Amino acid sequence: MVSLIGSKIERKEDKKFLTGKGRYTADINLVNQTYAYFVRSPHARAKILNVNITKASKSPGVVKIFTGEEIASEKIGGLIAGWKIVSQDGKDMKVPNHPPLAKHAVNYVGDHVAIVIAETLEQAKNAAELVDVSYKIHKAVVNTADAMQSEAIYEGIDQNLCFDFILGDKRKTEDSFSSADKIVKLDLRNNRLIPNAMEPRACIGDYNSSSDELTLYTTSQNPHLSRLVLSAFGGIHPEHKFRVVAPDVGGGFGSKIYAYAEDAVAAWASKKIERPVKWVAERSESFLSDCHGRDHITHVELAIKNDGKIIGLKVDTIANIGAYASLFATVTPTYLYAPLILGLYDIPTAFINVKAVFTNTAPVDAYRGAGRPEATYLIERIVHKAANEIGMDQAEFRRKNFIKKFPHQQCLVHNIDSGDYVAHLDKALEISDYKNFENRKSESAKKGKLRGLGFSTYIEACGIAPSAVVMSIGCGVGLWESAEVRFNATGNVTVFSGAHSHGQGHDTTFAQIVGDRLGVPMESIDVVHGDTDKGPFGMGTYGSRSLAVGGSAIAKACDKIIEKGKKVAAHMLEGKPEDIDFKDGDFILKNSNKKKTIAEVAFACYLPGQFGEIKSPLPPGVEPGLKETSFYDPVNFSFPAGTHICEVEVDQNTGETQVVKYTAVDDFGTIINPMIVEGQVHGGIAQGIGQALYENGHYDESGQLITASYMDYTMPRADNFPQIKVDYTTTPATSNPLGSKGCGEAGAIASPPAVMNAVIDAIGADVSMPATAEKVWNAIKKNDYKKSAA
Amino acid sequence: MKSFNYKTATSTKEAIKLFSGRSAFLAGGMTLLPAIKLRLAAYSDLINIKKIKGLSGIRASSKSLKIGSAITHAAVASSKEVIKSIPSLALLADGIGDPQVRNRGTIGGSIANNDPAADYPAACLALNATIHTNKRKIPADKFFKGMFETDLKKGELIEAIEFEVPEKSSYTKFPNPASRYAIVGVYIAKLKKEIRVAVTGVESCVFRCKKIEKALTDNFSESSIDNINISSNGFNSDIHASAEYRAHIIKVMAKKAVSTC
Repeated sequence: MVSLIGSKIERKEDKKFLTGKGRYTADINLVNQTYAYFVRSPHARAKILNVNITKASKSPGVVKIFTGEEIASEKIGGLIAGWKIVSQDGKDMKVPNHPPLAKHAVNYVGDHVAIVIAETLEQAKNAAELVDVSYKIHKAVVNTADAMQSEAIYEGIDQNLCFDFILGDKRKTEDSFSSADKIVKLDLRNNRLIPNAMEPRACIGDYNSSSDELTLYTTSQNPHLSRLVLSAFGGIHPEHKFRVVAPDVGGGFGSKIYAYAEDAVAAWASKKIERPVKWVAERSESFLSDCHGRDHITHVELAIKNDGKIIGLKVDTIANIGAYASLFATVTPTYLYAPLILGLYDIPTAFINVKAVFTNTAPVDAYRGAGRPEATYLIERIVHKAANEIGMDQAEFRRKNFIKKFPHQQCLVHNIDSGDYVAHLDKALEISDYKNFENRKSESAKKGKLRGLGFSTYIEACGIAPSAVVMSIGCGVGLWESAEVRFNATGNVTVFSGAHSHGQGHDTTFAQIVGDRLGVPMESIDVVHGDTDKGPFGMGTYGSRSLAVGGSAIAKACDKIIEKGKKVAAHMLEGKPEDIDFKDGDFILKNSNKKKTIAEVAFACYLPGQFGEIKSPLPPGVEPGLKETSFYDPVNFSFPAGTHICEVEVDQNTGETQVVKYTAVDDFGTIINPMIVEGQVHGGIAQGIGQALYENGHYDESGQLITASYMDYTMPRADNFPQIKVDYTTTPATSNPLGSKGCGEAGAIASPPAVMNAVIDAIGADVSMPATAEKVWNAIKKNDYKKSAA
Repeated sequence: MKSFNYKTATSTKEAIKLFSGRSAFLAGGMTLLPAIKLRLAAYSDLINIKKIKGLSGIRASSKSLKIGSAITHAAVASSKEVIKSIPSLALLADGIGDPQVRNRGTIGGSIANNDPAADYPAACLALNATIHTNKRKIPADKFFKGMFETDLKKGELIEAIEFEVPEKSSYTKFPNPASRYAIVGVYIAKLKKEIRVAVTGVESCVFRCKKIEKALTDNFSESSIDNINISSNGFNSDIHASAEYRAHIIKVMAKKAVSTC
């Protein structure tokens, strides 16, 4: 039997998606359904003086209008930050209350003021225009850099400072810097990104007053977590009477991790009016109110010796977390960021300081890579600069500083279990034809183009996460994952996973694991996720965790099935359980030709007795049924790593940059489905190229989002990308039974510095992301001026 | 979107008759419908003019090329007559928006809308076009008045656009990376009597760049553009391009246009 692990099996789920049969939240329509439209703040920062709904309430078709008053009087809880960060002075982080509907003040353009519920969407929108809100406008705090010097947005939160976080040994790091031969410095900005999942957010609250059951259909990456948050902190409905369904979801990239105000309000409102309440975001609402990503400014210094050895790293970052602290907003720029700044280098000392600031902008939270792209960007940019400054080849500088022995305890947090960084570097050098770059550069020059090459040798921490570790550093939940593997009497298998697929291809990958483990054909395996009423509590999908954590839970559950199956088969084959081998779906009695298929054993488990032809008694003490559950908690993070090499051509006359060659060699540990992994790598790189060259969430001084549509927010398109060459090296993870490390975020983590280093190599000058044509043109001009002046 | 009545006219006369104070003519709807959906505009009636036969012909002579106002960009891009008589115009049409827009959007709609970054207005100015309406003929020089503003009166309908066939011409566009509208678009046409250079995307309305026209009249070459000083005074400045950058790109695009004429 050919192993299913490592096979390029076509995605089982694609047929429905490609034929338009996906069933998304917006496709669901319930009997007696109402339509909701949210009145949002047009101001970045204002006091709400009065909300007058008299006229709006009389508008045709209006069922009900709720404001922050009702939410407050019903004691509906605010949206929470799920990870407590402690500042360097030992004090807990400071977070403002985040009511689902604002009562006293609005704090960003798009903030929620009222929900208008009507018989039709048009009626809801018509009425929303009549909701009369009086605001007292205050000066908005917008910029990351000067937020701490601006007026405090919230009473009791001085300097708009959420926390002042440190990591590392300051004294040792200072010592390293004093013994350095050279100190390389860089100021960097990590641009704000707007996630832009293809499917906008949507939800339907559906309260059944007969059974007192509340169902929320929502575009969530983790329905159980949403239910927990809305139930335990929002007080919307008791968890055991609350069902959250995340049906087909069209992309999330982190932005659909969090329970949003709309989820809370639609669910609560359906209880109030005892009718289903449906809300579907328009694209402009997505721009304004989906959690954004990144938005850091950083000063970084690297201490090196003349031979190129890195001996110390110092980082000061200000992270903009927007108007409120969203669910993972506080962990993203701290534990998902600071430890990873060391990259895959053996750096003995480091000291990181991160100050998180509130501003009157949309909340910023995890977005594909979450902290790790920001970390990788800064270490890879400064490494590029350092190699240049001491005149060392980029590949050799990196090679010299790579961690080479595993396991390796880094000086900050992580203990890296496995890797072979030289292997992927060498492979990438070969595939990218690094040695002939100068020839390609001359060819480009003949066309009037400046060609540059950039490296990114990266590492990330995935498989999020060992619960004991994360809870000890402030996480409000454990980050294990659950699975249930259920044999049906007829021999097919239903797999329930707490992970959620919104483009990742779990239906296929997970079925491959089960098929491989249990010897059941792929077509007899169904993967179920996204419904709190179906499977066990699960933590969802983010942080490249589904396979390493969720897949491991599935594998563990399969192993339990085999264990029980051995007992049953032994009884059927008149042997002892320890004499039963399991291989390719068969239970075989050692030293005999007697065997039972797993389907036969499953059948026996469900029909445990003798009746006519059926002879399948269970051994004494063994319960009927064949269903096993596993809650898997990883013992460590997993550490995917790789080398990406990018080549760009820059038009000297216009500053336009085109990525012309891109090579990615990644080590994701054991790969289950290389085709799905390749797709993940492509998508991640596309997003990373988007960040490097095109995308930028831009607010003006008054806090208006200027890039609030595709007219101004540059989503990269197919013609912005070259053919991407993808390959792998493999060192299995030792921290989970599959040996998998995770692949979903790698492309978005690795690619921005690869692209930017290439641009900088091409033009010989620094430029910030996104490297738009005008910025690059200006940098070339300034550099020419410098050259002629020198 | 606020609801409206949808009517279809089969002749210009009928379209005019159906038109009232709160209606709009609907051709491709590529700008009108988004505006309505975003509630930036609301009408009681939309009058579909795409079924009017008289608005959908392309006729070429040795001197002029006349294109019906309801002709889509895709049809202009692939028209043998257009490709033969003014190839640069076919290329321009092929570079508008994306395939969906090109298959719905029309030349008449684009001109009537007069978006400051649209491509067709530059073609009209450079190719000394005449805008034929149900009431009169308007020279392009007098048609484009300002941002989203034309000489059209309420209820006046464009029937065709008649371009002068140039000796040679070229349109080059530096697209906005997000919207792919022109940040700078330069249309250069060497007509029988004059050289015209139209610039779009740069000011609130398309305009002729007399400096480049003069330089090219003296010497029709790329190098003659090098020494021109384009002032950025009054140019658009936004997150995608500053006025100074636009001034620079005009020259880059103009040179490219000359080289591809």
